[in-house]
Amino acid sequence: MLVDSPPPPSPAPATPARRRGVSRNAARAAGLLLALGALLLVTVASVAVGAKQIPVDQVWHGLFHYAGSDTDVVVRDVRVPRTLLGLLAGAALGLAGAVMQALTRNPLADPGLFGVNAGAAAAVVSGISLLGVTSLTGYVWLAFLGAAAVSLVVYALGGTRGATPVRLALAGTAVTAALNGYIYSVELLDSAALDRMRFWTVGSLASANADLVGQVAPFVVVGVLLALALARPLNAMALGDDQARALGSRPALTRALALTAVTLLCGAATAACGPIVFVGLMVPHIVRSFTGPDLRWILPYAALLSPVLLLGTDIAGRVVVRPSELQVGVVTALVGGPLFIHLVRRRKMAQL
Amino acid sequence: MTGTRAVTSPRSPHVSRFPRALRTRGGLSLRVDARAALVVLALLAVALAASVALVGTGDYPMSAADVLRTLTGGGTPAEEFIVRDLRLPRVLVGLLAGAALALAGAVFQTVSRNPLGSPDVIGLGQGSAAGALTVIVLFQGGTTAVAAGSVAGGLASGAAIYALAWKKGVHGYRFVLVGIAMAAVLTAVVGYLLTKASLTDATRSTAWMVGSLNGRDWDQVWPLLAACAVLVPLVLGHGRALRMLEMGDDAAHALGVPVERTRLVTMAAAVLLTSAATAAAGPIAFVALAAPQLARRLTRGSGPGLTAAACAGAALLVTADWAAQRLFGPDHLPVGALTGMLGGCYLLWLLFTERRAGRM
Repeated sequence: MLVDSPPPPSPAPATPARRRGVSRNAARAAGLLLALGALLLVTVASVAVGAKQIPVDQVWHGLFHYAGSDTDVVVRDVRVPRTLLGLLAGAALGLAGAVMQALTRNPLADPGLFGVNAGAAAAVVSGISLLGVTSLTGYVWLAFLGAAAVSLVVYALGGTRGATPVRLALAGTAVTAALNGYIYSVELLDSAALDRMRFWTVGSLASANADLVGQVAPFVVVGVLLALALARPLNAMALGDDQARALGSRPALTRALALTAVTLLCGAATAACGPIVFVGLMVPHIVRSFTGPDLRWILPYAALLSPVLLLGTDIAGRVVVRPSELQVGVVTALVGGPLFIHLVRRRKMAQL
Repeated sequence: MTGTRAVTSPRSPHVSRFPRALRTRGGLSLRVDARAALVVLALLAVALAASVALVGTGDYPMSAADVLRTLTGGGTPAEEFIVRDLRLPRVLVGLLAGAALALAGAVFQTVSRNPLGSPDVIGLGQGSAAGALTVIVLFQGGTTAVAAGSVAGGLASGAAIYALAWKKGVHGYRFVLVGIAMAAVLTAVVGYLLTKASLTDATRSTAWMVGSLNGRDWDQVWPLLAACAVLVPLVLGHGRALRMLEMGDDAAHALGVPVERTRLVTMAAAVLLTSAATAAAGPIAFVALAAPQLARRLTRGSGPGLTAAACAGAALLVTADWAAQRLFGPDHLPVGALTGMLGGCYLLWLLFTERRAGRM
């Protein structure tokens, strides 16, 4: 995609070529500030909106003048951890999707669609049922293991040459189907595991607490930094391995680091909230439509806008079926599926 | 796809000499592929042997001779009851569902021109599951209602995929990708329904979703048999057109195949077959994916090989059910779990060989 299709037309007005580069960069930087503003807004909304509506001054009170009232407890122990988890998981999924799309040169790459989440889920369900793991620390490491294994398989299948997006997507779906069969079998033979897993496999932020956030935060932070640092080498690799080498980058090292970043990000996000599909697919696509193919812009935008999407859908899920709520994984799938279909219908697939 | 084979003529000794044509003086000819015919017979033999073994397996084991004697009307009343009422329906559902799934898989693989394009990958299984779970979780429906929900869900998702993939005709890749998106959305819906359920309903739903032949009775056999009786001949009748479709739309069109109509009819039949099989046995994994490929490798045919695929599916499912009971004890592990695990291994192998051969 990065090579084959031209960047989408920029909405910027036609200016002389010399000045265009400068003004485009200025526009992109301003856009980044806008994205940051949107992120702040949605963060506040995520703390304020829910089964119990909390006015902003009360949110402030709960955060900085904690007095132990019901509202304060909801803010501190429920809403804030949930929001933080949404920020972390959103950034992780969006960046993982962007890096995967660049790495496999496959515009349909998404951690969920490629089975990375299912790998993490399969490892977690094995741990719960076979090894009797109950602690979150255990989940996290198992999820990393599963995510890493599936990332390697998918990469081995389509990382280097010749794999068309269609076949790679099919391979990912098929791997997911196989792993889902395994997950269902384990759950069926062990109904205690089923009772715990069925809430986890749908993808939700509702179980967030301060411990959970503290556990996954370091992994996500390292993954985010690593992914952002890879923007330039991944840009070079879009030209092909030989060109990238000529430009002084080291393709093998870049691939290894990118896979590490994807594994850290997907593993942490999946361990904490269960499998969430389509966030990693949607956000980089939306971002690319106004930044162009340069990863130095795509990655920061994805890191800021993915949490906006995830928290936004989470808030929507809390509101639409009140007083019950719709898990965020369900909402992202309901939003992302149609967008995916739109992408498939719009583009000439041969060029992707 | 598997390697193409040169068109054989009787005079070229270097290539396989199996396909022969019977010709009459009036200019009619019938192409007979002896290898394919042999493979079909062998697969039928395997399916029947596994069926007899399966009828004999359970809390009251019976020898093959006893089974055959009972089936031909010579058993004791107790044996009659066990065979006729308890075990025969299970075997028949297995045979029919296996054949139906495999046939549907062969159609989808041919139409999408991809060995991975099977109904369970592109969202039909998930559609059926969503339909059945809706009935289980929201309406606490009985067995018949669950089956109806499964058929409705499968049909609705099939129709939606076709409609969404339509753009001056339905092309294989677009159909598959739309199906993948559909599968992801429906998986989320299924997960949501599972969280809404009580633990009892959730266990029942999960058991249904793995796919099982446990406790099937004649109520499941008759509808499935009726569906197969109508749809299997319909699909087999389109075998030639499908074979040409595999060469690409333009070539098929040039050879006089009504491309879009063939696709619509065969895919509709395949969706119905999948739904009927799923209603009876649950969305059993990977039979639709693996059986047509197995048949193709055995017959070394270049086309879809519909009859062989159906026989392979029947043999595969019944053998897997027998093996699951033998290995894990009667009724402990549903057959879908076993086909799922076998299918996972098969899939990895397929992916890697396809990749090595540069076809991935």
